[in-house]
Amino acid sequence: MGSGFQIHSTMESGFSSPRHDGFPAGLRVLVVDDDPTWLKILEKMLKKCSYEVTTCGLARDALNLLRERKDGYDIVISDVNMPDMDGFKLLELVGLEMDLPVIMMSVDGETSRVMKGVQHGACDYLLKPIRMKELRNIWQHVLRKRIHEGKDVDSHEIFDGFQMNPSGLDWSNDHFFCGEETSSVKKRKEAETKHDDKDFADPGSSSKKSRVIWSVDLHQKFVRAVNQIGFEKVGPKKILDLMNVSWLTRENVTSHLQKYRLYLTRLQKENGSKACFSGAKHSETANPSVNFSMQASIMPQEEIPNKNFTVSGNKLPVQNANPIDNEDDLKSTVLVPREESKQSLIDEVPNLQESSRGIETGFKPSFMPFLHEERYAEFNSNTPAHYSWRGVPEAALKEESDAHICVEDSGCLLKSTNSRPRLAEDQGINLKEYKPLYADCRRKNIVGQNPLRMQSNNAIAQEKDNLAYYQDFQTIHTSPPKIQGRDIDSSGPHFPYTAHEKVSSISGSTFGPSDENLQVAWLENCQFSTNIRIQNSDFIGYSDQCFVSEVPIHSYETLRYDYEPFMDPSECSIADHVEMTEQMKTSDDMSEVVLPPRVSSQNDALQQQQVLLEPSPSRYAIIYSICTC
Amino acid sequence: MSRFHGNTQPPAGSVLEQLLAKYVDYMDSLRRESFLDDQFTQLLKLQDENNPDFVGEVVSLFFQDSERLIGNMGTALGKKSVDYKQVDADVHQLKGSSSSIGAVRIKNVCVFFRNLCEAKNLEGCYRCLHEVTQECVVLKNKLNTLFMLQKQIVAAGGSIPVD
Repeated sequence: MGSGFQIHSTMESGFSSPRHDGFPAGLRVLVVDDDPTWLKILEKMLKKCSYEVTTCGLARDALNLLRERKDGYDIVISDVNMPDMDGFKLLELVGLEMDLPVIMMSVDGETSRVMKGVQHGACDYLLKPIRMKELRNIWQHVLRKRIHEGKDVDSHEIFDGFQMNPSGLDWSNDHFFCGEETSSVKKRKEAETKHDDKDFADPGSSSKKSRVIWSVDLHQKFVRAVNQIGFEKVGPKKILDLMNVSWLTRENVTSHLQKYRLYLTRLQKENGSKACFSGAKHSETANPSVNFSMQASIMPQEEIPNKNFTVSGNKLPVQNANPIDNEDDLKSTVLVPREESKQSLIDEVPNLQESSRGIETGFKPSFMPFLHEERYAEFNSNTPAHYSWRGVPEAALKEESDAHICVEDSGCLLKSTNSRPRLAEDQGINLKEYKPLYADCRRKNIVGQNPLRMQSNNAIAQEKDNLAYYQDFQTIHTSPPKIQGRDIDSSGPHFPYTAHEKVSSISGSTFGPSDENLQVAWLENCQFSTNIRIQNSDFIGYSDQCFVSEVPIHSYETLRYDYEPFMDPSECSIADHVEMTEQMKTSDDMSEVVLPPRVSSQNDALQQQQVLLEPSPSRYAIIYSICTC
Repeated sequence: MSRFHGNTQPPAGSVLEQLLAKYVDYMDSLRRESFLDDQFTQLLKLQDENNPDFVGEVVSLFFQDSERLIGNMGTALGKKSVDYKQVDADVHQLKGSSSSIGAVRIKNVCVFFRNLCEAKNLEGCYRCLHEVTQECVVLKNKLNTLFMLQKQIVAAGGSIPVD
């Protein structure tokens, strides 16, 4: 086991002085987050707490790391939204396979999400932005877990040397199933856990730590016991008795049972509340039992006698290592009919048998008390998509019509929020400030247009339209009544940001792989803005005060965006722009172009302090027009 | 908290004093206008001699990532059949990212953006996309200014106020 943080020595010397041995310094933390910014920040914060940090951008990598170095980490912190795997799934896997405390993180603090985290076994759920002090305390979770599980260590030592099977297979796709988690079961579970905790009150017990590693064999015994007892009637004591593993304690079973239930619940929920999956789906043959066991036995074959498995490695016919794919497979094939909500089709467990037991014993009905014939038959058939979870085609259709409808709706929405101009005063951003900009142009030009036209391939025409539209838009704001001789183009939807082919990106390259997609069209169009001179000299005068800073972007290499040069210079704060445009819009007399509208006095003072460079009117015009898009 | 937190009171009228005053005022205005919040200050606190460019690096990472995400959103919105879930996921990601440096305004646009994704409002989404792009540009410029001031302060022998 690793060097590094050794909690047991601390425990032996007594909890009263946890600072001995520098605890919790050296706590080995694995941080998993796909956001590179957060990863860097968390790493820095954790290091400041004197923890030993490893970072990972993908859930998969994290699992590999954890499996490779069993006992190489003390705690895992993971974001809920990972691209390659659901954070909750990772959470479960880590809890089940490695039995490490896992902390979830998210920018989303909705109670339901937090609850889900807790239900999946997270020992904490942190909201981003995360503060140092929250991270400083994470060692408590490690300690708590050790206390809870630490007991009879000696007998567990035999498992210490077990290697995690780095096969990368997903335990969860396994095919343990769905028992329905009734509330009574949950309560019982909670009660049991509490009760068990009490049993463990003595922290000073000779717990040299070493958590129980649930090997395949052990887990198999566990599941068999559960099935024999009956999922609803199951309890740790009964399981323990049936399993007949001398060194295993009731507490070990309790915590494992808890996780197992969570796992099943999650599977159940994922796959539809009343439907259960069977690993059978992965099989093409009509005989699921053979298939299961074949696949199962392929894996463990070599290793069975030595118990060198991991729970994760050997669960079933996961035909490919990608959990997401598996889930898709699961989702596209037949499911057990809804009525049979309580069926726990724990058929594969029996299949995880040592080769000596033979393949055929796998699917014996006795192991699956709830499996009924008809359901079995359904498993065998590969009728796909009875339950189409994805429902893509309908969604696509719906989107189109919705988009159309929404245009009108949001138009109305926008119109109604024409009030508060002073963005600067608002604590949080008030997006209403921005909306009216668009409401305005939409009122003038777009109402009634089908936004889907935007997606037509009428590239050139559209582009011209957009350009014209854009220019018109600007002129609306810069010299209201007179559009500088140009008429407002009311002929098309002309929302400038349409995604037609030729719209180029801001810089031509930054925004995305192809320039046929929407890039931010307005920026290209903005180039034309230089031709639209702001006629009002007062306006230009305002700009003198308006520049917050004239430090050209290109003077600060690392932050430079690849924008066109005209974008580089500083700008007026959005708040100011918004205020100005608000002024313009709300003013009845549109001939009164906004001028030093109502920049707050504080801003004025500030801006006057900014003597860094002289403002440039033409730049300002460009920026202003850009900002008013 | 001393205005010159970390600095001994510089001589009155000195360049350093002026710079510090300017800096503090600028930071205050950024906070007032919700460009940045306390999270940014936390990042400044994390910066130390071992990592004198920590905040700059984090900010760079953020802008790189946000550019990428915005590009993805643009691409997704431009498709014939818009995958709003994908856009929503990207927006959510951007939201999380923006919270890392305390970019409140960007975060707020994201919140709004997500509602529009849920409503599958294409035009609204484009609007938000534009908005968020713009906010990124603005913030970048603001941060440029801030970093420039920081450099000037350090060059004048002071240290960056962190309160």
